[in-house]
Amino acid sequence: MALPPYASPLERLWHRVYLVICAAIFLFLIAPILIIIPLSFNAEPYFTFTDKMLSLDPAGFSLRWYKTLLTFGMINPDNPDTWAWWRDVWENAKWVQAAKNSIIIGVFATLLATVLGTVAALGLSRPEMPYRRLIMAVLISPMIVPIIIVATGLFFFYSMTGLAGSYLGIILAHATLGIPFVIITVTATLVGFDHSLTRAAASLGASPTTTFFKVQMPLIMPGVISGALFAFVTSFDEVVVVLFVAAYDQQTIPRQMWNGIREQISPAILAVATILVAISILLLTTIELLRRRNERLRGIQG
Amino acid sequence: MSQVPADPHAAVVATAGGVEDGPILTVDGQPLDEALARAGRRARWRAFLLVMPLLVFVIITFITPIGQMLHRAIYNPTFSQNMPRISAWLKAHPDEPPTEEAYALLIEDLKEARKNKTIGAVATRINYDVPGTRSLFTSTARKAKRLKPPYMEAMLKVNRKWGDPRIWTAMRQAAHAYTIDFLLNALDFTRDAKGDIVRVDPERQIYGKLFLRTLVLSLVITGLTLVLGFPIAHLLASLPLKYSNLLMIFVLLPFWTSLLVRTTSWIVLLQTNGVINDILVWLGLIREDQRLQMIFNQTGTVIAMTHILLPFMVLPLYSVMRTIDPSYVRAARSLGATSWTAFRRIYLPQTVPGIGAGALLVFILAVGYYITPALVGGSSGQLISNMIAFHMQKSLNWSLAAALASLLLGGVLILYWLYDKLVGIDNLKLG
Repeated sequence: MALPPYASPLERLWHRVYLVICAAIFLFLIAPILIIIPLSFNAEPYFTFTDKMLSLDPAGFSLRWYKTLLTFGMINPDNPDTWAWWRDVWENAKWVQAAKNSIIIGVFATLLATVLGTVAALGLSRPEMPYRRLIMAVLISPMIVPIIIVATGLFFFYSMTGLAGSYLGIILAHATLGIPFVIITVTATLVGFDHSLTRAAASLGASPTTTFFKVQMPLIMPGVISGALFAFVTSFDEVVVVLFVAAYDQQTIPRQMWNGIREQISPAILAVATILVAISILLLTTIELLRRRNERLRGIQG
Repeated sequence: MSQVPADPHAAVVATAGGVEDGPILTVDGQPLDEALARAGRRARWRAFLLVMPLLVFVIITFITPIGQMLHRAIYNPTFSQNMPRISAWLKAHPDEPPTEEAYALLIEDLKEARKNKTIGAVATRINYDVPGTRSLFTSTARKAKRLKPPYMEAMLKVNRKWGDPRIWTAMRQAAHAYTIDFLLNALDFTRDAKGDIVRVDPERQIYGKLFLRTLVLSLVITGLTLVLGFPIAHLLASLPLKYSNLLMIFVLLPFWTSLLVRTTSWIVLLQTNGVINDILVWLGLIREDQRLQMIFNQTGTVIAMTHILLPFMVLPLYSVMRTIDPSYVRAARSLGATSWTAFRRIYLPQTVPGIGAGALLVFILAVGYYITPALVGGSSGQLISNMIAFHMQKSLNWSLAAALASLLLGGVLILYWLYDKLVGIDNLKLG
């Protein structure tokens, strides 16, 4: 943002101050996320930088907390046999089990939310859709209603229908929570959709199914994928519903983190957090690439 | 027009020429307006059928559970089901003081409840209304088998509390499965010995205070996100896209990062032995023994939630600010306005839709927040959601939890309706 040439000295000063303020706010946003990365390599069980870390002494850093993630819950962490050791990790380590559960739940919830959400978004973006506003409000509401209310309602409902403590119950709940994101992202891509393309396809003899898969699908794909990623992240990060309706042994990563933070917070949590931050950077990059592809497809110059 | 024209264009030609009166027909001879109506109906159905699977899904997995919970806020059959005889008597004699017959029925019910192992639930139900009566029910039920008529006298001998009108009022209320008592409790009201609605003692008025605290903290958080979000949204909107997309990462990375990760980082930063206190000590601003308590209290809740909700303010503000034409401000300047006047009179009013959208969204999300206050709020930073969780998991007073949740849901839905009216759900954007 360039300052106009006619700016007075006072305005120039204010502009500097303004930029400093903005830098401080950006720091406020990003620092808490970045600070945990070096701390997760702490050799000591503290949450602060030791003198050794500050002087960049290699002895101050270690991977012990990452190793803890693998060994915690293992039957025989000192097994010299590498193959048996990894097998033990895969079958018994608590964090690995939690990761497996989180991924299974996340993948199925995402599939359900994406398929149902995309089809519904196609209907919702047709101009002739009746009660469009009301139905949209209902479908977006899982994002707005406080999570504790959803969890409370599901707790009663699932204990009545026998879904409590089952994977199916959690998957259905997480799919519901992810649906608003799919609807929002897919309808956003459909807003600029040129309907003469489908008519052109129909006039050339394509069936509605062919038109959908060959014409509409490729164009709305970026919206569908980013909606799916949102839905996956929502499920992957959801803890309250899991706390209320899951069985005791159905641990997920956020639930394990929640317990870790509440009971005894150890730097192993920071190691998990660092891994999760790395995943979110990856997701953010994917979304950004999709957005650019979408703009290119529509011929918008960035 | 009695017969179908052979030439497909005949209908159009005929009407255009004005030779014949009557409705315009389609190729296959139906009136045009009917055919159009039918096509419109079919298109509406097709659109609706696409949405229907999801709508059914959401109704089953979302609307029904919440509706059931709302029902539970006004429906509690624990007493009326497990103590059927006395419940029937109390319903039949709404204004009568308990008679010998009532005591006899009560003893019958107590015996049966003990046999069915439901006495604990019954005792807990009355204990909600008259605290400290749980053992009264369980111990009397244990002795009920040995009691001989006259029952009124015998009961009063076991425990004088059986003559307490408050207990009888509580049972009278509990005899009705449908009750508004839990909603009253959630608003700090209760019933006195006569059954009239009164406010609870000032030291027990916790829910009103908690609702107020939730409201105040949410407003503070909304205000803070606006103060912090406005400058950076403005900066992002006025930079060329090339740079603003890059800076946007600072907003989107927190948005994409796990909530628990962000909450953990704030614990790490703010604890008494945490990074910020270390820096302050190192800078000499505070002494080693003056370390600030910034977490596990209201300050912690406000700081962490402001950070977590800030992207929800920046994104709507940014999308509105991007559409503001900078030539308006330039025109104001060229007409002699100072930069402050131009900002205040020209720029700011144009950002109001963004401010409204962001503030409402942040406020709605803040009011129902649970995870962050539970982890960093200590006791003074708890919000209404945490109280609902407490009643669900610890005190097990599920009806009260449902009543509190209903009130919270009512508030949120009003705000949601307002958001839809003012901003429109269609304008909700993510990243």
